[in-house]
Amino acid sequence: MALLELQNVHTFYGGIHALKGLSISVNPGEVVTLIGSNGAGKSTTLKTICGQTRAREGKIIFDGKDITQMKTHDIAMLGIAHVPEGRRIFPKLTVQENLEMGAFFTKDKHLIQEGIERAFQYFPRLKERISQKGGTMSGGEQQMLAIARGLMMKPKILMLDEPSMGLAPILVEQIFEIVTELNREGTTILLVEQNANQALSVAHRGYVIQTGEIILKDDAKTLLANPQVREAYLA
Amino acid sequence: MLLSILPQVLVDGLTLGFMYAVVALGYTMVYGILEFINFAHGEIFMVGAFVGTEVLLITDAIGALEGMNPYVALFMTLIITMILTGALGVGIERLAYRPLRGAPRLVPLISAIGVSFLLQDVVRFTEAIARNEFYLNTPVLFSGTVSVFGIATIPIKGLVVIILAIVLMIALTLFIGKTKWGIAMRAVALDPSTASLMTINVDKVIMLTFLIGSSLGGATGVLFAQNYGTIDPYIGFILGMKAFTAAVLGGIGNLRGAMVGGVLLGMLESLAGAYMGPLTNQAFGAEYKDVFAFSILILVLLFKPEGLFGEAVKEKV
Ligand SMILES: Nc1ncnc2c1ncn2[C@@H]1O[C@H](COP(=O)(O)OP(=O)(O)O)[C@@H](O)[C@H]1O
Ligand SMILES: [Mg+2]
Repeated sequence: MALLELQNVHTFYGGIHALKGLSISVNPGEVVTLIGSNGAGKSTTLKTICGQTRAREGKIIFDGKDITQMKTHDIAMLGIAHVPEGRRIFPKLTVQENLEMGAFFTKDKHLIQEGIERAFQYFPRLKERISQKGGTMSGGEQQMLAIARGLMMKPKILMLDEPSMGLAPILVEQIFEIVTELNREGTTILLVEQNANQALSVAHRGYVIQTGEIILKDDAKTLLANPQVREAYLA
Repeated sequence: MLLSILPQVLVDGLTLGFMYAVVALGYTMVYGILEFINFAHGEIFMVGAFVGTEVLLITDAIGALEGMNPYVALFMTLIITMILTGALGVGIERLAYRPLRGAPRLVPLISAIGVSFLLQDVVRFTEAIARNEFYLNTPVLFSGTVSVFGIATIPIKGLVVIILAIVLMIALTLFIGKTKWGIAMRAVALDPSTASLMTINVDKVIMLTFLIGSSLGGATGVLFAQNYGTIDPYIGFILGMKAFTAAVLGGIGNLRGAMVGGVLLGMLESLAGAYMGPLTNQAFGAEYKDVFAFSILILVLLFKPEGLFGEAVKEKV
């Protein structure tokens, strides 16, 4: 059974019909990528899953539960970590405080400490920056912090919204390596990207979204070889 | 003569200034999170003064106040008042502000002004029925003075105000700086929608903000009543305006700014009240102290519109 399933989801911004009957699913243990060009509705998909924008029609099922009408903080509580577009770290909070907020759901100091240690394993750079304000770090470091903060809740699914955006190629490489590594350790991942080539090379399956509709879905390898995809997104 | 009253003037300024500072914290905390000026906050302070006074009057009426240690009496009064005004603030947010979230900015502002009038009238009406008058004299718990280095005599009640205000400010600073909910308050102030992705219930954080701000405001009402002895339902207006001014002076949204701004404004006002007359040959007497204090405010804001501790505002994207 799918861990996350969107069934015929429609989302609107006022009169703008941003998602037009979207259906996607993510199985436990998978890396699934949602690729599409700017304005296609990728971020809206993640926001709708989190309840930041509401599905006017359709259903979102997570872990067997209908979450379509739930509040954002309750949805997060179920184990959905959303690392939003543009990182959105808390700029005036220290790295430590940012990480602690990622673990807001628990009072267990031990668990929080464990989470921070784990974050340092993946992102050793954060350790040196621990008492620095988040906003004073470089873009790459902020992206690492944003992912580390998302991991603090030990999520059942990690949703990343264009984690490679605006990063130098070497950092992009590193981010995708970490995605692979996290998945190998059991984290289910929904990866939103414009960088289709790299996203498809770390994913098991992929969906292509265009103006609010899924126009293609397949194994990542098959999509990578698809001439239509190659022309539109890998040029 | 001018110099000999200086220590006294400074102490009066500090007493007043610390009251401004604690009330200013309530304005600035709410603004930091909602970007909304809670104009009813001055009335929360006023309600605090009345609740505290009623607690003492009733305790006295049943004969329990006499013989009670004044510090114990004050502590009891503060706790009861802070709980009630805290609950009042939370209730106002729930009923008068939350339904208007997302409405144009002026709408909740009007609602706040409405709540102000409502609270004034409810207090006036209640006291008029219960006591036949709405100007009340507070049982004053502390009399006498202490001498400081032999240069100034401070009334103990003033000292109590200053010390308690400092205690409240330190407690708040520690809460906001070190606790999980305090950090969450800062996170929500920075980015509420992202905060909610970390399981933070933004509505709860807003409630907590009103709870803390309003209980601090109520506590200041108790201190005000103790310091000046007489209260009426309209004391919240002037003091609220001054505290709001202090918050702007310090940089609205900034806690340290509210504290410094409050103390600074109290000092300016006290100095102006004492020295403007003598220095201008009575052309401008003490009644112009507010003009002086506000002129300084305008000057500061002309050169630093974001306030002393504020950061230049960048448009949110
Ligand atoms: N807050 C908003 N208000 C109005 N329209 C929006 C808003 N956010 C996104 N849109 C519109 O919805 C569509 C999908 O946007 P988005 O999901 O951000 O695309 P993507 O993440 O794929 O670049 C676009 O046409 C965009 O202009
Ligand atoms: Mg996007």
